[in-house]
Amino acid sequence: MSVDEPLVLGIETSCDETGIGVVRGTTLLADAVASSMSEHARYGGVVPEVASRAHLAAMAGTMREALDTAGVRLSDVDAVAVTAGPGLAGALLVGVAAAKAYALAANKPLYGVNHLSAHVAVDTLEHGPLPEPAIAMLVSGGHSSLLMVEDLAGRVEPLGATIDDAAGEAFDKVARLLGLPFPGGPPIDKAARDGDPVAIDFPRGLTSPRDLQRHRFDFSFSGLKTAVARWVEARERSGEPVPVDDVAASFQEAVCDVLSRKAIDACRSNGIDTLLIGGGVAANSRLRAMATERAERYGIRVRVPRPKLCTDNGAMVAALGSHLVAAAVPPSTLDIPADSSLPVTTVSLANRIGA
Amino acid sequence: MLVLGVDTATAAVTAVFAEVTDDGVRELATEVTVAGQAHGERLAPAIETVLTATGHAPADLSAVVAGTGPGPFTGLRVGLVTATALGQTLAIPTYDVCTLDALGAVAGPGRVLVATDARRKEIYWASYLDGVRQTEPAVAKPAEVAAGLAVDRAVGDGAAKYAEVLGVPVADEPRYPVGTALVALAADRIRAGAPTETLVPRYLRRPDVTPAAAPKPVSTR
Ligand SMILES: [Zn+2]
Repeated sequence: MSVDEPLVLGIETSCDETGIGVVRGTTLLADAVASSMSEHARYGGVVPEVASRAHLAAMAGTMREALDTAGVRLSDVDAVAVTAGPGLAGALLVGVAAAKAYALAANKPLYGVNHLSAHVAVDTLEHGPLPEPAIAMLVSGGHSSLLMVEDLAGRVEPLGATIDDAAGEAFDKVARLLGLPFPGGPPIDKAARDGDPVAIDFPRGLTSPRDLQRHRFDFSFSGLKTAVARWVEARERSGEPVPVDDVAASFQEAVCDVLSRKAIDACRSNGIDTLLIGGGVAANSRLRAMATERAERYGIRVRVPRPKLCTDNGAMVAALGSHLVAAAVPPSTLDIPADSSLPVTTVSLANRIGA
Repeated sequence: MLVLGVDTATAAVTAVFAEVTDDGVRELATEVTVAGQAHGERLAPAIETVLTATGHAPADLSAVVAGTGPGPFTGLRVGLVTATALGQTLAIPTYDVCTLDALGAVAGPGRVLVATDARRKEIYWASYLDGVRQTEPAVAKPAEVAAGLAVDRAVGDGAAKYAEVLGVPVADEPRYPVGTALVALAADRIRAGAPTETLVPRYLRRPDVTPAAAPKPVSTR
């Protein structure tokens, strides 16, 4: 096994994307994704059982596509990595069971890994090894976390997280209020480009001096969502048209303001000069621009993977797996569980007891 | 030919390693664990155990047979994705067997109800005559099944659980799918080298369409 440049296959099924990626070292060879998003759209959110069924139906085909694209066989890889959690329990289980079978059939080591750490690791495919320590902000429909990454192979500590809605969830809910499609991130980003970001002064959750004492690095988006709903309802009651572009721009500004402010505070207070942003919301153009601009003032470098790598995919799992193999982290046993609430501090499941 | 059989459509996780010969099926090793909800944790180690216990490796397999349910969805998928991945990686065919048949075929002569626990106070069921299935697998409340029932006895964990409602004698065995029976039900296809079969779960129920609840914060200070 080449320890420097391990060839690793990664499987991701924690939500609605069946992702299988192949990575050699920090080089991306394949990133096959089958999404069941369209099946969930009419319910306004991901339906777990629908997602789980789709994962099973898509698994073998996605695997074939990934291996063909990478031009490798399963017998060539150094390890099989899989998201063991956190995520939707039934969805995770399809990927974990599949990964065990692929690893067993091909006689390869198995790595059950943490989805959040995988979001961090994927950036190595684009920008090379991550300087450590780094601060990572992961924002998506399922998570909003600030992490201290001391060692991507094993020491990741939570600094804060959302205390109610995830950032991406707020985008989805506000999009629904405005009659925009699900998922809400892309259409809000688009509408906001034609809107005035200071037209409406929406609240910035957990930023008051008192809140900062207890929740300095935590997020809250539920109050913001409610404020947008009240504002839109008041407009509708008065019979005036709702300025969708302005509402989208002002809402987005509030979210990005809080996210970038807290992320940079986390960097400065810990003396860290690398900020990594990942997760689906990292694809938001305003968040990228605002965080980069504000970080520059303090000499902080912002790393954001390209949008396709920000959303859930197998490449990120393979990237983390590759990092773990290179760092000689012991593999997982075949009896590891899929853990829907896997703590962020567990980067990989060396064994059940260790979980 | 050396064949692996797996079934995870009931509370039991079953892995059987068997030899299919011209005139029969011989069990070489079997692992059955009544695992509750731990199918994902138990199946792969069980497969590894039945192979290594007999000095074999996955590469020695010629086919994989899977019980495709009906059964509770989450556990059922573990067996099917496992069998599918094994078949794909080893480039060997996979064969589909109705899980209820892996009880009905070995439940003895006469008219038999096979019923497994479908949770939500329902059973997955089918009726058999001399080991041959007479009805399509279905899911229903035990009382509804009892109403139209004309059998001598019943088998399966669902029958045991609702014995009183069903009102027929319940035999102790088989309680869960029998591994060698599962393989035997595909033996003709295995011998004939029949084309691989896509393993499609017999869900019999539509998914609940409640979107995922707001995720809990992953971490709090
Ligand atoms: Zn994610």
